[in-house]
Amino acid sequence: MSTHTLSVLVENKPGVLTRVAALFARRGFNINSLAVGPTEHPEISRITAVVDVEELPLEQVVKQLNKLINVLKVVELDGLERSVQRDLLLVKVSASERTRSQVIQIVDLFRAHIVDVGAETLVVEASGTDSKLTALLTLLEPFGVRELVKSGTVGIGRGGKSITESALERAAK
Amino acid sequence: MTEPKLAPDSGPSTRHPTGAEAIVKTLEELGVEVIFGIPGGTILPTYDPLYASSIRHILVRHEQGAGHAATGYAASSGRVGVCIATSGPGATNLITALADANIDSVPLLAITGQVGAQAIGTDAFQEADIVGATMPLTKHSFLVKDAAEIAPAISAAFHIARSGRPGPVLVDITKSAQNDHAPWRWPVKMDLPGYKPGVVPRPKQIRRAALALRQARRPVILAGGGVVRAGAAARDALVKLADLSGAPVVITLMGVGALDDSHPANLGMGGMHGSVPAVAALQNADFILAIGSRFDDRLTGDLDTFAPLAEVAHADIDPAEIGKNLRADIPVVGDATEILRGLVEEALAWEIRPSYSRWWEYLNGLMKNYPPGYAEPSDGRLAPQYVIERLSALAPRDAVFAAGVGQHQMWAQQFIDVSGGRQLLNSGGLGTMGYAVPAAMGAQVANPERQVWAVDGDGCFQMTGQEMVTCALNGIPIKVALINNSSLGMVRQWQTLFYGERYSNTDLHTGSDTAMIPDFVKLADAYGCAALRCAEPAEVDQAIERAMAINDRPVLIDFQVSRDAQVWPMIAGGASNDTIEYARGLAPVFERDEF
Repeated sequence: MSTHTLSVLVENKPGVLTRVAALFARRGFNINSLAVGPTEHPEISRITAVVDVEELPLEQVVKQLNKLINVLKVVELDGLERSVQRDLLLVKVSASERTRSQVIQIVDLFRAHIVDVGAETLVVEASGTDSKLTALLTLLEPFGVRELVKSGTVGIGRGGKSITESALERAAK
Repeated sequence: MTEPKLAPDSGPSTRHPTGAEAIVKTLEELGVEVIFGIPGGTILPTYDPLYASSIRHILVRHEQGAGHAATGYAASSGRVGVCIATSGPGATNLITALADANIDSVPLLAITGQVGAQAIGTDAFQEADIVGATMPLTKHSFLVKDAAEIAPAISAAFHIARSGRPGPVLVDITKSAQNDHAPWRWPVKMDLPGYKPGVVPRPKQIRRAALALRQARRPVILAGGGVVRAGAAARDALVKLADLSGAPVVITLMGVGALDDSHPANLGMGGMHGSVPAVAALQNADFILAIGSRFDDRLTGDLDTFAPLAEVAHADIDPAEIGKNLRADIPVVGDATEILRGLVEEALAWEIRPSYSRWWEYLNGLMKNYPPGYAEPSDGRLAPQYVIERLSALAPRDAVFAAGVGQHQMWAQQFIDVSGGRQLLNSGGLGTMGYAVPAAMGAQVANPERQVWAVDGDGCFQMTGQEMVTCALNGIPIKVALINNSSLGMVRQWQTLFYGERYSNTDLHTGSDTAMIPDFVKLADAYGCAALRCAEPAEVDQAIERAMAINDRPVLIDFQVSRDAQVWPMIAGGASNDTIEYARGLAPVFERDEF
């Protein structure tokens, strides 16, 4: 198994996310994470899917996605040297008077932020690659993680090329 | 363009046609001639303008019948089949037929009524999320809540259904959209930015496939349903390619008719109940040129041991089929007609003709030693294979046959001599019992001047046989050859072979020495059809002749056949195709050493 990040440009229409998610489920593809949101074009949404598959099934995932009528373009984001990939993490950590400064120190080390302070807790916001966030969490866990929420990965290619532009050109043809 | 109809109280908002009128006008503009369906609450508005339309509406007795009838219409004609139903149960009853059409790539348009836009999501009376339910079973679907969107949606659905790899498309239209008024324009501009079905095959890939064919020593051309769906031009090109190359051709179940059964290159069907020569050819081939075949499990058996020596060129209009089940060494994406024509062009330019004489020597030996055949039953009842053989001999050359699913379906493939594409209609992928009668109905509507037979079983017939009523009342004189073995025959065959003859729930009690419930002759009579019973070999021809002479209403012949008749050859489910048995316990040995 290896991990692949797919950027899927879709028409911004009702039910499209359902179609994509259901496709993964019924074809037996494992998704690690799924993130969806708007793009610079109001009529296009972008789904980032991280999948755990071998090379051949990956080709099937891409082909099956392309068969969906509302899918405009599927691009595999290359490794981290050719793309930027980020997850967002919000984590509520126990922090007493005694431990608060230690937590803050860790947060600073990871260039994360404290976005809420309670009497006994801190809410930490961090973004980064999956491995960075895992490392941060490993250090925070001893203090007591009360609640955790993490977004799916979003990613974008490095350099000047825009996949939205090329998708629109293709659609206009 | 005709003027929009004025509603009686024509105020500013009612000067445009209603959504219901838009549905009917759009279908008329698309050239739809016939619709199979049943009205109900949420589709009622549309049935009003339909009443006045030139489109013929055939009132079926169950929505599944409407779906399969539309499939039979489409599969036998190449046109888009259209069915219509109300919301909730009307729509859910269509699902089996949609799934069937989806897996067999049948161009279908299904229109369903939906509860009013305001009521969606409230669990209203007869509300079902049919778009959600059919997402995995259709090529695409639309939910239309705005009357102005009706023409664009139906027009797009029609285009999607028939282009590229054909398939069923559902358009779910709220009752409120049917009642509202909105401007209607024709033609409409379709907005399908993500849909580009017209892939032009790459000449380089065609050249590679043609070269591999010329250089092969033991090639097989495998023709699937894609060739049949592509139509007469693809079939013509396949004949040319077979003749020019001299390569043997194996067909799949959906590919029946891609090459005439009588063509000398045709080895018959591959797969679980394929012919020995066809299965052996695939297993021993050094090159397979597949066109429009999915390599489904009924064809390949155990994939790891399927065609172990073959380089594979796989041509399909759907890129996702290539490499899905079987490795493809030479992928070719595109329309079967274009690809086959390209291959013919290449073959015409060959300076050295390939010679497959040793290969043909081997295959001819298999054809001689393992011809299609069957054992006479020992219980004094009719051999079902004999009935079907006689049906093929006596029916006109251009007759259309629709098979049910099970033993009789396999016998229909083996013993009906097909001389054209779209002549033997099958539920191949989904294996839908109950397909035959409504599919025959649809085929008869599309081909009023041809004789249409349903080759059905006693189990299948009881699932959709009520459509005989529809046929009787609408002047659709289909003929049903009921291969009545008083049981769920294929399941029973597996129980005989793999479950120690423990016949769990496969006895249907419809044979003449049983409770005979129902009595199919009485039932057909009650349905307003002519009905005959035949139990003697000497009477088979006469029964078929009598049925063929009746054209003012549907006919059913209840053929009382042996329940112990089995379908052979056979490869056990999941086993290697090398283990094919010609008859029970009789397995040919493939000597790979000789190549």
